[in-house]
Amino acid sequence: MQPGLESYLALSGILFTIGAVGVVYKRNAIGMFMCIELMLNAVNLTFVAFSRYYGDVTGQLFVFMVMSVAAAEAAVGLGIIIAFFRNRLSVDVDDASILKF
Amino acid sequence: MAGTVLFFLFAGFAIACAVSMVYHRNPLYSAISLIGVFLALAALYLTLAAPFIAITQILVYAGAIMVLVVFVIMLLNLDEDKPLNRLKYLYAVGGGLGLALLAQTFFIFYAVLKTPKAEVDPNMTAGRTMSIGRAMYTEYLLPVEIVGVMLLMAIIGAVILVRKMEQPHLELVSEGEDEKE
Repeated sequence: MQPGLESYLALSGILFTIGAVGVVYKRNAIGMFMCIELMLNAVNLTFVAFSRYYGDVTGQLFVFMVMSVAAAEAAVGLGIIIAFFRNRLSVDVDDASILKF
Repeated sequence: MAGTVLFFLFAGFAIACAVSMVYHRNPLYSAISLIGVFLALAALYLTLAAPFIAITQILVYAGAIMVLVVFVIMLLNLDEDKPLNRLKYLYAVGGGLGLALLAQTFFIFYAVLKTPKAEVDPNMTAGRTMSIGRAMYTEYLLPVEIVGVMLLMAIIGAVILVRKMEQPHLELVSEGEDEKE
């Protein structure tokens, strides 16, 4: 006995909503980064649930790709945050609103 | 029955950790809450018969990425967020976005609930490591190669971004530069 596909989709949607609202509310660049990771994970849950209920391996492969993109994003994104912190001594995104320096 | 209990246990844990991540102002608390979300999702992948993805989730997300995030938080010695002095309409934007996404979620929930149930094959092999590896190196070989190149680009990009470059001390010679601040 397992919950149906709709339960997993609802959980995924709720997690995505929390992540999207968090991106708007957080001012910390690292906090926004973590909210983006949460949204990626919500989408991954959708892929795995569909992969389970349609018996197809493609969804799980795509989750693998999403994880690779998330790892690359972590490396580059945290590099940008460190470079920004060096210039401004802050990771507040409101300090990065000039697109200059 | 046990599957339903496990689903609601881990789903509740995931949602509670996600809310705690957005709620906390201290980035370190947020990071630890996010690790909770990742672990709960890994358990949910196990109930969805995807052990390879579950283990990869723990290794890559809870292991590598979150260690990197916590490392950066401690390296930069971040303290709590300052009180909000941002544009006030962002509250309305965030609330509206959240309501729209939740409405969409419940719409999808009822739409999927009404469609006839897809039969779940109890001895499905799609989640096994062998079937994933076979698909990865036959049918999806080109995407896997592209992912490899992308990871190499990310490594090079991260090194170039973080490296302290010897910058020549340039003097600004253009007129009108003094008036601006």
